[in-house]
Amino acid sequence: MSSEVVLDVRNLVKHFPTTSRGVLMKKQVGAVHAVDGVSFSVKRGETFGLVGESGCGKTTTARAILSLDPPTSGEIYFSGEEVSQVFKSKNKAAILRLRRKMQYVFQNPYASLDPRMTVADIIMEPLAIHKHVPKEKWHDRLYELLRLVGLEEYHAERYPHEFSGGQRQRICIARALAVEPELLIADEPVASLDVSVRAQILNLLQELQQKFKITYLYISHDLSTVRHICHRIAVMYLGKLVEIADTDTLFDSPLHPYTQALLSAIPIPDPEARKSRITLPGEVPSPINPPEGCRFHPRCISAPEHSCIEHMPKLIDVGHGHLVACERVHS
Amino acid sequence: MTDELLKIENLKTYFYTWAGVVKAVDGVSLNVKKGETLGLVGESGSGKSVTALSILRIVPRPGKIIGGSILYKGENLLEKEEKQMQKVRGKEIAYIFQDPATSLNPVFNIATQLVEIIRHHQNLSKEEALKKAIELLRLVEIPDPEVKIWNYPHQLSGGMKQRMAVARALSCQPNLLLADEPTTALDVTIQAQILDLLKSLKQKLKMAMILITHDMGVAAGVADRITVLYAGRVCESASAKTIFRNPLHPYTRALLEAVPSLALRREKLKVIPGSIPNLIELPSGCRFNPRCEFAKQGVCAVQVPELLEIAPDHYVACVRAREIEAETPFGGLS
Repeated sequence: MSSEVVLDVRNLVKHFPTTSRGVLMKKQVGAVHAVDGVSFSVKRGETFGLVGESGCGKTTTARAILSLDPPTSGEIYFSGEEVSQVFKSKNKAAILRLRRKMQYVFQNPYASLDPRMTVADIIMEPLAIHKHVPKEKWHDRLYELLRLVGLEEYHAERYPHEFSGGQRQRICIARALAVEPELLIADEPVASLDVSVRAQILNLLQELQQKFKITYLYISHDLSTVRHICHRIAVMYLGKLVEIADTDTLFDSPLHPYTQALLSAIPIPDPEARKSRITLPGEVPSPINPPEGCRFHPRCISAPEHSCIEHMPKLIDVGHGHLVACERVHS
Repeated sequence: MTDELLKIENLKTYFYTWAGVVKAVDGVSLNVKKGETLGLVGESGSGKSVTALSILRIVPRPGKIIGGSILYKGENLLEKEEKQMQKVRGKEIAYIFQDPATSLNPVFNIATQLVEIIRHHQNLSKEEALKKAIELLRLVEIPDPEVKIWNYPHQLSGGMKQRMAVARALSCQPNLLLADEPTTALDVTIQAQILDLLKSLKQKLKMAMILITHDMGVAAGVADRITVLYAGRVCESASAKTIFRNPLHPYTRALLEAVPSLALRREKLKVIPGSIPNLIELPSGCRFNPRCEFAKQGVCAVQVPELLEIAPDHYVACVRAREIEAETPFGGLS
C-alpha cells in the first residue's frame, strides 16, 4: 500500500427526484437524498470498506463514482483526473479509457451474467470493446483469466445457469479483471452466497489484490467480512459518512454512537459471549425528509444535546486519520 | 420423557420433479422440549425450511412427506385428518416466515388479518378480538398500536412488518413457534431488535421455538440447543455450548471456521472446497465426504454414518467422530 491517492471523492451528492402526476407533465415534489455530501479518499493498493445498512447510500455512491447514475454535484478524482467531466464530455475514447481502469462486481451473480452468452463470450466481451489485446491472443487471455479465478478451461463453453453461485461470482470477477483495472468496486460480492462458499471468494479477492495490486472499494453491510478484508472503513448512515478509520481502530475504539451500536449488534458465534448489546430505538428515517442537524440524533442513545439537532456535524480528524462526525466527540 | 413437546423421527420429504427425485429431507430426527429453543442451522438446500413446513404439513407440491413420524404432545401429526390439522396450525404450532413483505396479505389491514385468525380459533366477538389484537401489538412493542393496527402492510417498515408477523403468530398462544429465518431480510440493527423481542417473548410466554437460520451467530445468541443440517440430514445435535466449544462433525467445524471472526483476524479464511451437492444425485456414503478434510478412503464414501450419542445429549453423524475428538481438538474461535 502506498500513500498515493487513487480515488478522491469530494462532497458527492446524489438526489433522486420524486414526482407526482401534474396536469400535463410530471412535476417534481421532492427528492430522495440518497447521498448527501460524501467525501473520502482511497489509497493505491488498499481495500476501502463502505459500510452501512440498506438504504444508506452505499451502492448509490459506488454507482455515482462510475457515473452509472451521474452525480447531482460534487467532484470525483481518479488518479488526479476529474471523472464526471470526462463522462459528461461525450468523448468516447476518453470514457472507454476511464472505464477500463474502474470495474464493478455486482451483488447478485444470478442477475449480472447474460444467460444467453457462454462464459467465453462473457469474459471476451470486454476484450472486444476495449481492444487492448490483439485478437489472436483473446483465447490465451481467456484461459489465463479462468485459471486465475479458480475455474477450469472446459468451463469456457458453458452457460451461466450451469454454475453455482460461487462459480458465477468467479466469472464476474474474471470479467472485471479482463481489462486489468486499477480500481475494482465490489458491491456486496458475497452477500448472496452460502457461508461455506463465501470464504473461497474472499480469499480469491485477497490473492488477486496481492498479485496485481488492485485497489478495492468494498461495499457491504456485513461487518465481520469487512473486518476480514478491509484496511480502512467508512461507516455511512442516511446518505452521510459518520466515521472513517483504519480497521483495527474502528473495531477497537469506535467513537460515533452509530458505529458503536452497529458493532454491538453483530451476532457473535459464541453462546457465552453475551455482551451488552446496544439496541437502537426506532428505524432509519426516510431519506426524503431526513432529520435536521445530525441525521442520527432521533435514534442516538447518548442523549442528544441541543447542538445535535441544530448543526450538521462535520467529519473532523481526531488524530491518526480517524475521522468522526459527532458534536459530542468533538467537544 | 414427559417434557418432550415435539419429536421427529426419520422424517423424509421428497420433491418429485421432472429432473428427478429431490431428497430435500432424508431421515431427519430431532426433538424439542417444552419451553426450549432449538436452533436449526444449515446452508441453503440443507432442508431446514422443508423440515419446518413438514411439521405443519404445508409442503408445497410436488413435495411429499413419504416417511417417518412427527410426534407432537405424543400424537403423530402425519396421521391426523386435514380438519384436525387445521386446529393445530396457528393454534398449537405457529409459523413466522422469512420475508415479512410477502407473508402479510397486502390487500387487508393488520386489524382484519389478526381478527380473522383470533376468531377462527377462539370464540370471541369482533370487538373482543380487536381488543386482543391491539394487546398483541403492544406485546410485540409496536408504538401506538391503536393507530398502527389500521395500517396496511405497505405503510409499515420491514422491522414493523416482522413485528406484525410475530404478533400474528402469537395470536393464539401457540406452544411451539417455528421461526424461519425471521431476521434474514432485515438490517443488523433491526435484526438485533427482533432477536431481543423473540427472546423476551419466549420467556414471557414460556413457549418452545424452532429458530431456523444459516447464521451461527444468530443461533448462538438465542438457541439452547442446536441441530446442524447438511444436504437433508442431521450432522450434529447438542447444546449450544457444546456445538461452539467442542464440535465433532467436520461440517460443523468447517462452518464455524469459514466465518470471518470479529475477535480474531486471520490472514486467510479456512475454505470448504467445492459446493453443496445436488440433492438429486447425492454422493454415496456420508454426504459431506467429498468436501471433508477428515474423510477416510474406503470408509466415508461407502458407509452411511448413523446419528450416534457420543456424549450425553451430544449426537454426531460421523464415522470418525471419536478419532477426530482424540486426534484434533477444536482450536476454538477464541
